[in-house]
Amino acid sequence: MDIAPFTGYVYPNEGVIQWSVMIVIYPYLTGLVAGAFTVSSFYHVFGMQRFKPVARLALLTSLCMMIFVPVPLLIHLGHPERSMYSMITPHLTSAFAMFGFFAAFYMVLLMLECWFVFRVDNVERARNSTGISRAFYRAITLWSDDTSPGARALDAKLLLMLAVIGIPSAHGLHGYIGFVYGSLKARTWWESDLMPVIFLFSAIVSGVALLMVLYVVSCKIRRVKIDHGCLKGMMYALWGFLMFTLILEALAFANLVYKGREGVEVIIEYVQGPLFFRYFVLQFAIGALLPIMMMGLMVALNIKGRIFVIGATICALLVLMNVLMMRWNVVIGGQEIAKSTKGLLTYHLPLWGSEGLVAAIILTLAPFGLLLVLTRLFPPWADPPNPL
Amino acid sequence: MKNDRKKNQRREFLSATGKALAGLGVIAGSGGLLSGSTKGEESAADATSESFPTPDYDWTKHRWAYGIDATKCIGCLRCVEACKAENDVVRDATHFRTWVERYVYLEGEEKARVDSHSDPQNIAASGSEAEYRFDNRYKDAKVTKAFFVPKICNHCTHPACVQVCPVGATFRTEDGVVLIDHDYCIGCRYCVQACPYGARFFIEEEGVSDKCTWCYHRITKGLQPVCVDVCPTRARVFGDLNDKSSTISEFVDNNPVQVLKPESGNGPMCFYIGIDKDVS
Repeated sequence: MDIAPFTGYVYPNEGVIQWSVMIVIYPYLTGLVAGAFTVSSFYHVFGMQRFKPVARLALLTSLCMMIFVPVPLLIHLGHPERSMYSMITPHLTSAFAMFGFFAAFYMVLLMLECWFVFRVDNVERARNSTGISRAFYRAITLWSDDTSPGARALDAKLLLMLAVIGIPSAHGLHGYIGFVYGSLKARTWWESDLMPVIFLFSAIVSGVALLMVLYVVSCKIRRVKIDHGCLKGMMYALWGFLMFTLILEALAFANLVYKGREGVEVIIEYVQGPLFFRYFVLQFAIGALLPIMMMGLMVALNIKGRIFVIGATICALLVLMNVLMMRWNVVIGGQEIAKSTKGLLTYHLPLWGSEGLVAAIILTLAPFGLLLVLTRLFPPWADPPNPL
Repeated sequence: MKNDRKKNQRREFLSATGKALAGLGVIAGSGGLLSGSTKGEESAADATSESFPTPDYDWTKHRWAYGIDATKCIGCLRCVEACKAENDVVRDATHFRTWVERYVYLEGEEKARVDSHSDPQNIAASGSEAEYRFDNRYKDAKVTKAFFVPKICNHCTHPACVQVCPVGATFRTEDGVVLIDHDYCIGCRYCVQACPYGARFFIEEEGVSDKCTWCYHRITKGLQPVCVDVCPTRARVFGDLNDKSSTISEFVDNNPVQVLKPESGNGPMCFYIGIDKDVS
């Protein structure tokens, strides 16, 4: 077993950093689930027409991410075969005991919503295909073939209901992840009342940013015109939520330093030293301030056309990096500050192994592989009817 | 492999126990250092985990607690050695059910220099991660104050580790001991994160969390935890708070005791005397 290098004094048992890169990926994927769902809700719940081109893509993205959310946890567990104990015999005082229920509930809700959103399309595909393809789509529609206006109206009604329930569910799931960290009083870096809120808002920005990138990339692949109104709408959402998230994060940090509780010296040493680049440079400066300024500039100068698309996509990519760094800095950062309040540890990310860099990259990219398959089976672009 | 490790450690323990008993026999004969330190007459060999759970043990009749007199600890680390052997704890530098910290104030310095036997310099001095000792690094320094602080699971009244376990694999017994059911632990390590004292660790080979049990397999037989038994200076005391004449009751009643990190709200049941402001 590798001992994490440390400075100062750390408790002997802290020599192994327990929550690895997998526990960084886990909230990252969960955040993308919630954020993608938010984009879908802009259209499906709030009726914002400019988000129509990405609404169904957002829903599929949310589903693909959600399918992979439990994977990093299962990889990380010492006994993954016992994971169901948390649902069979949940220990109700545990912040984590509810994860299985929340996740399962949200997964069912997401699948139901996808089913209603794609139902009419799938009925049409079943009608227009033969053989295995027909059988597949018939099975997917659960052998319903009613596309009458009445049935569609009922679909829309149920869809709205599901989407409305989905908003608190998706955001509750992610706010709850923030609570898993924020409620731990043993680690000063985590113990913050703002943690669930920060997780929630960073989730929204990550989802919006992801949809911006996916939308632009998918349009390029499909060689269709990008709906600038839609992209701009997402950029505005990203801009606004990002500013809010940045302020929340800054407030949480200021609060921690200003209170100056026991151990603050080591936290200051940490942020000025090992964390400086990851926290102030990557997460705050390049990942948040730069895109905020770039988007502000694009709005102020009313940048249009190709430069707008490139600029917006770069901003979205930067924000995706920002949120990944935020997850890393919370999960790994919290553990690099020793509970002894007298020392700092250094996490070493192995290249190989079940909790190594390669596994983390594969796991992060896996939902996109699934998304590629699902967009072939259930093209989300068929709707809206207006040409792109 | 795991069984081999256990067998080897058991063999090491029995061998070490034999030597220790021989050595302690001399001490006992010369001054009776051990008199009154154990309540039962059973030998350590009878208290193996194979004979656990103890028949007829009534956990409603006890309220166990632990005391540490830091002024008596000499940093010999017999407690650490004995614990590793008794409880089959992995012999390396990152898995400890109990450990000892050294606090040294040098002339002109306001803050203590702290290290434990897991410090790389101490490992270098012992020659192995599996051998525990403190080096002599302060030999030529002007030391104004120095002391050792034994650490152990605090078996808290409101344990954060128990609160966060998603499956209830870790629990507090009626007699006040926080235990882990290794057959039920899912290995999420949330409890390891939640413990403010760093008392929990993860057994990679077995995929479960682990920690001190106050030698529950021994105390339910009337014996002392092994770390208490082997302490040559009686810096560690253990007993039943329900028994007003017990060593621990006298320790708590007759001394101004402190607990570690009281602000955590966990309600530690490990009481200290003789510790300084920098101990946390």
